[in-house]
Amino acid sequence: MTGILLQSAIISTPIEWYILLSAALFTIGACGVMFKRNAIIIFASVELMLNAVNLLLVAFSSYHSDASAQVFVFFIMAVAAAEVAVGLAILSMIYRNVKSIDIDVLSKLRH
Amino acid sequence: MIKLIGLVPLFPLIGFIINGFFGKKMGKGLSGTIASLSIAASFVVSLLIFMDLQKMPEKSVVVNLFSWINSDTLKIPFSFLVDPLSSIFLLIITGIGFLIHIYSIGYMHHDEGFARFFTYLNLFIFFMLLLVLGNNYLIMFVGWEGVGLCSYLLIGFWFKNTEYNNAAKKAFVMNRIGDLGFLLGIILIFFTYGTITYGDVFEKAHTGSDTIMTAIALLLFVGAMGKSAQIPLYTWLPDAMAGPTPVSALIHAATMVTAGIYMIVRSNIFYSSSEVASEVVAIVGALTALMAAVIGCAQTDIKKVLAYSTVSQLGLMFLALGVGAYSTAVFHVTTHAFFKALLFLGAGSVIHAMSNEQDMRKMGGLRKALPITWLTMGIATLAISGFPLLSGFFSKDEILAHVWEENKILWIVATLTSLLTAFYMFRMFILTFHTNFRGTAEQKHHLHESPKSMTIPLIVLAILSLAGGLLGLPEAFHGNNWISGYLSPIIAHRSPSTLSHETEYMLMGIATLVFICGAYTAYNVYQKSKVLPAASEKDMRPSERFIYHKFKVDEFYNAVITRPLNGISVAFHKFVESDLIDGLVNGVGTMVKWLSGVIRQLQTGNIGFYIFSMVLGVVAIIFWSVLK
Repeated sequence: MTGILLQSAIISTPIEWYILLSAALFTIGACGVMFKRNAIIIFASVELMLNAVNLLLVAFSSYHSDASAQVFVFFIMAVAAAEVAVGLAILSMIYRNVKSIDIDVLSKLRH
Repeated sequence: MIKLIGLVPLFPLIGFIINGFFGKKMGKGLSGTIASLSIAASFVVSLLIFMDLQKMPEKSVVVNLFSWINSDTLKIPFSFLVDPLSSIFLLIITGIGFLIHIYSIGYMHHDEGFARFFTYLNLFIFFMLLLVLGNNYLIMFVGWEGVGLCSYLLIGFWFKNTEYNNAAKKAFVMNRIGDLGFLLGIILIFFTYGTITYGDVFEKAHTGSDTIMTAIALLLFVGAMGKSAQIPLYTWLPDAMAGPTPVSALIHAATMVTAGIYMIVRSNIFYSSSEVASEVVAIVGALTALMAAVIGCAQTDIKKVLAYSTVSQLGLMFLALGVGAYSTAVFHVTTHAFFKALLFLGAGSVIHAMSNEQDMRKMGGLRKALPITWLTMGIATLAISGFPLLSGFFSKDEILAHVWEENKILWIVATLTSLLTAFYMFRMFILTFHTNFRGTAEQKHHLHESPKSMTIPLIVLAILSLAGGLLGLPEAFHGNNWISGYLSPIIAHRSPSTLSHETEYMLMGIATLVFICGAYTAYNVYQKSKVLPAASEKDMRPSERFIYHKFKVDEFYNAVITRPLNGISVAFHKFVESDLIDGLVNGVGTMVKWLSGVIRQLQTGNIGFYIFSMVLGVVAIIFWSVLK
């Protein structure tokens, strides 16, 4: 019962709003990735971008009554979780060695 | 027995392999024995095959060994042809080859490269047999190149001497020039007739136009010029005397240099169908004969005299080919092989006794010390000069008679050559064996007759030189000219001699007179007046010096061909190679280096910048795809 209500509530909201919201979230995430120097915040921004995409996928999925996009979203979440686990592990190792997670300091890739 | 023809070249090949791999470990005696035995075995098989062939009615047997090249239109079986021509050459090659092997055991005894020498010698015999046995032009070509290689290896046998190496290189390069002509000839034959097997080609020969037949004949003759040392490619042969003397006897007198004659006799149908080609052959032969004989008169090195004599005699053979006397040319090849091999081996015996002295000005009076060499070489000298009833008399006389029939001017040239031949041969003989000894006291003390292994081949060859004329006894002597009859099946067109016996007697009389004149002049000058060739170049008259320097032909070739070619090479190296090609290659390298220097600036290592540019890139791509 509540599921149906929720469904109708989602559908009654125009799709453009969802698109705009996720675009805004994605842009915020992208800007965070680009302009922040702290590696953890960059990670968080990447998550934000991923979830902006997830939101859009779910919204379209509801509007088209097609569940396959939601499967996609599950995969994205799982992969993102794994990625964060690995990424954070790397970051903590970097911090142990360099005593910093400022990406401007970490320019060893050049060599 | 004829089916066993494969054995003939197989024995020398086995000898080559054994000597090549184990010769050094085996010791000199065994190595020389194996080499000689392998040739002896070949000789025995050749002799049996020769006798079998006499009994056969068809006189020509093709033995297929295996299929060699088999692709679409080009089918070349590896097959041998046994016929009168190849059987005669087989006997010359293996017979004289065997004698020279025996001789070499004595001659090369002190040489450290003993096994290597016999390895090359066996390989040479193998290739030479391949050359004369092949049933198509390609096998002949393989043998042709093989003997060229062996000639190169043996001329440069004492490779520590730069001059000898240069002589070897010269021989190889000169031969390559001729070989190119030969190869082009073979290709033209294949394109015209679609086959290179002798029988098929000769059968179809007249389907080609006259121009093509002339072209084939001339191209093949270019090959013969190189291998048989004719003008303009003859200069390598005198230099080839750098090799050990048995090599000069075997390769550069008796066998390899007659390959050109073999090839032309084999392809005689092209020459008898082409007036032009025959005339070219005759004129080149006559000129070579005369020129080499003139040069021979002024040489002081005993081997050089013999070398020019060989060139001159080869010229006579080509003259015979040019006037269509193919079987006569083969007759002269045979007798020449006997007496010229004997002369070279005799010269080797002299050089051996004189501790490697080759200058005739330092010899003289060797008759007492070297009686056998003196006697055998005397016979050879008489034979080559045309002493009546010896082998050279008959073969040379037959050539002169055929030339007389065709062209009187060429006959005069040939007769003049005979005169000079008698002169320079007696000059050499007298300077070497008569008058007084002019060497050092040490050499005089050392003088000795050569060992048995060297004198026995001399004696055998001397007997052959004496009796070789019996092979082609002319009708005027109530002979039946066996060799001409024997070879007749392979000669395409024959015009029977129209000479009357009176004319023949007259020509023989002239030849005898010419011999007496030449020999007597030499006797007068060198024996009676005891004239010696000028001790150094300064004492020579200008004309004599010019002849001594071989008409400056080498210098001429250097100036006209070698130097300009070298100049062009140097120019090409400088401008094309260094400036153009290297400039281009290095330019590409420099450009890439510069460009990478520019682009490398982007790689800062700053992750923020990377991400920023990545996002910019993505945005740009999206914009671009939207706008499109």
